[in-house]
Amino acid sequence: MPDQNGNKPLITEKKISRRTLLGGAATAAVVLAQTASGKNFQAALTKSELHLIEEIEDPTKVPGVRPGTLGTRSPFEKPVKAPSDISSRTPLQDLFGTITPSDLHFERNHNGVPAIDPAKYELVIHGMVNRPMVFTLADLKRFPSVSRIAFLECSGNYRGSVDGKVTPQQICGLTSQSEWTGVKLSTLFREVGVSPKSTWFLAEGGDAAVMTRSVPIEKGWEDAIICYAQNGEAIRPEQGYPVRLFLPGWEGNINVKWLRRIELSDQPFQTRQETSKYTEAIGGGKIRQFSFTIDARSIITYPSYPQKVEKGWIEIRGIAWSGRGKVVRVEVSTDAGKTWKLAELQDPVMDKAHTAFRYLWNWNGQPTEILSRTVDETGYVQPFLKDLLAARGGNMGYHYNPVTAWYIQNDGQVLFKAT
Amino acid sequence: MFCQKVRLTQENMTKSTVLMAAVCLLFSISLTSLQSLTTAKNGGQADTLHYPKSFGFGRTATLKEIALLDTDVRPDGKGLPAGSGKVSEGKLVYAAKCSGCHGATGVEGPNDQLVTIKNPTDPKVKARNKTIGNYWPYGTTVFDYIKRAMPFNQPGSLTDQEVYNLTAFLLHENGLIKADDIINAKTLPKVVMPARDFFVPDDRRDGPEIR
Ligand code: HEC
Repeated sequence: MPDQNGNKPLITEKKISRRTLLGGAATAAVVLAQTASGKNFQAALTKSELHLIEEIEDPTKVPGVRPGTLGTRSPFEKPVKAPSDISSRTPLQDLFGTITPSDLHFERNHNGVPAIDPAKYELVIHGMVNRPMVFTLADLKRFPSVSRIAFLECSGNYRGSVDGKVTPQQICGLTSQSEWTGVKLSTLFREVGVSPKSTWFLAEGGDAAVMTRSVPIEKGWEDAIICYAQNGEAIRPEQGYPVRLFLPGWEGNINVKWLRRIELSDQPFQTRQETSKYTEAIGGGKIRQFSFTIDARSIITYPSYPQKVEKGWIEIRGIAWSGRGKVVRVEVSTDAGKTWKLAELQDPVMDKAHTAFRYLWNWNGQPTEILSRTVDETGYVQPFLKDLLAARGGNMGYHYNPVTAWYIQNDGQVLFKAT
Repeated sequence: MFCQKVRLTQENMTKSTVLMAAVCLLFSISLTSLQSLTTAKNGGQADTLHYPKSFGFGRTATLKEIALLDTDVRPDGKGLPAGSGKVSEGKLVYAAKCSGCHGATGVEGPNDQLVTIKNPTDPKVKARNKTIGNYWPYGTTVFDYIKRAMPFNQPGSLTDQEVYNLTAFLLHENGLIKADDIINAKTLPKVVMPARDFFVPDDRRDGPEIR
C-alpha cells in the first residue's frame, strides 16, 4: 500500500520462514550486538525486526525510504522510560551526550497530565503588584525570549538495591536535561509592577492536583523562566504544556508545570508540597524546609548494570551536575576508591547543567569497583552515602546525591554497590 | 571581580538593590563588555536594561476572574472563606468521600495515612507515620490542600462547608482539637501544630560541608 507521500513501501513484511527464525535471526542478532558496543544493548528485537534485518542485507541494492513529515527513531533503537503510577524515569544508560530527547524526559506528576487547550490558556499574575494581569500564550511569546540548557531533577531521586541489580535509570532516572525557552519571569514582574515589599510568590498549576509551591522572590528576579518551549518545540504535555515555571538548579517539584497563576506575597504559603512533602528529617528532631537547591552529583552510566564488560580498554562514561553552578571536576576511581583520577569533561561545561565526563581505563579482568564523584564551583564534593546518612542523623529522604559505585565481577558482570 | 559583585547584588534583589545593580552595571560596561556579562550568567538582568518600562502585552485581570482561581489559604488565615466546620459533620463526609482511599480511621490506606499512630514500634509503621498530627506545621494547609486536590478522583468537587467539616474531623482524629471545637477562619490559624517547632529553613550552604 502506498504511504501518505504516495510512495510504495520499499520493505514489505513477508511471511517469516523457518530459516529466518533460526539461522537468519541468530546471525542478525550477533551482528547487532557487536555494533552496539558501549551501549546497554539488550537483544529485544521482535521477530519482524529480525526479519527486516535479513531483508535489507545490502541496503545499497534497494532504494531507501523517501522523506517524510516526521523523523522516526530507528526500529532497532528502543530507549524507554520506566513508569510507575506517579513518575517515569529517564533511561540514562541508553543516552549519549547531555540532551535528553523530549520523549524520554522524566515525569513526575501529582494527579496525571492535564489536557490544556493553548487557545484558552491564560497566566494570571496578581497579589502584591501594581496591576494584576492576564497573559495569553501569544502574549507570553511576544515578550523578549531567553533559552538555556539546564538539568531538571526531582529531589527524591535516589534508589539503592541490596542485590546490586539496578540500572542508572532505576537509581537516579528522575533527572533529565533540555534546552528551555520562554520569557524571563523578571520581565513579567516589571510588566505587572511587583511591589518592593513582596518577598515570596506562589506558583500554581492547572492540573488535577492544582499544584502549588512558594518561591522566594529573589529567584524570580534572578533566573526564573516562564517556559513554553523545550528542545526547539512546544513543551511536551508531560513537561507542562503549554507553559511551565523553570527554576534552574532547583528541585523538580517547584518548577510548577501547567502554570496558570502566580500570586505575589510577603510570606510563604506553606502548601502541602512544601510541608508534608519535599521536606526532610535531618536528625536532632529537625525537619529541613525550603531546601530548593540540588546538590552536586554524578553517576557512571557506562559501564553499569545490567551490562557485562570484557577485559581491555573501556571508556568509562557518565554525567555530572550541580544546582549551585558549574561542575569543575569529576574524579573517577577504578580501585574501589583507593585512588582518584581526573575525568575529562566535555565542553561546553554549563551552569546548572548535566555535564558529560569520560575516563579511559584498561581493565585487567580482576574484580574491582569503579566510582565517580564530582566537585562543583562552590567547592562542594559529592559525598558517599554513609557521609550523607551521618550528616542527617541516619535519615533517608529528599536530596540524596551519593556517590554510586559499580562492582565489576571477574566475569565482567557489572552490579550496583552502595557507598 | 566587578561582575561577581553585581551578581551577588542581584541574588538579594530588593527595590533599592535593583537601582544599585543598575548603577553598578553602567560602570561595569566600561570594564567588561555587556555581551560577555550576559552570556556568563544566563539569568542576570544585564540584557534587560534597554527594555521599555512596559511592553503593553497582556491585559488587566478582573477581580472576578482572580477570585475564581485564588483559593489558597495562608498560615495567617488569609484566603479562608466564610463558614465553619464541625468534627461530627466531618466524620460523615469522611466516611462517604474519603475512607475508601485513606481507610476507615485514616490509617489503613491504601493511600496516604492521614492520622498519626501514637508510639508505633514497627519500623515500617514509624517510617510512614508522618501525618497531620505529628508532621504538618500548619493547620491551614489541611483546608487548602483538601479543597484544591481531594478527593483524588474528583478534585475540586467539595463545598467550603464540607472542607471545613473535614478539616475539623482530621484535626480532631489527630488529637489537635476537642470534639466540640468549631473550625473557621478565626480558629483554624490558631490550632497548635506540634510539628511547627521542628521545621528549620535550608541549612545547606555552598562549599565543601556535607549537610
Ligand atoms: C481515589 C482515592 C482518594 C480519595 C477518594 C481521597 N484521597 Fe486523599 N489522597 C489520595 C492520594 C493518592 C493522595 C496522595 C497524593 C499525592 O501525593 O500527590 C492523597 C493525599 C491526601 C492528603 C495529604 C496527605 C499527606 O500526608 O500529605 C490529605 C490530607 C487527603 N488526601 C485528604 C483526603 C480527604 C479529606 C478526602 C475525602 C474528601 C480524600 N483525601 C479522598 C487519594 C484519595
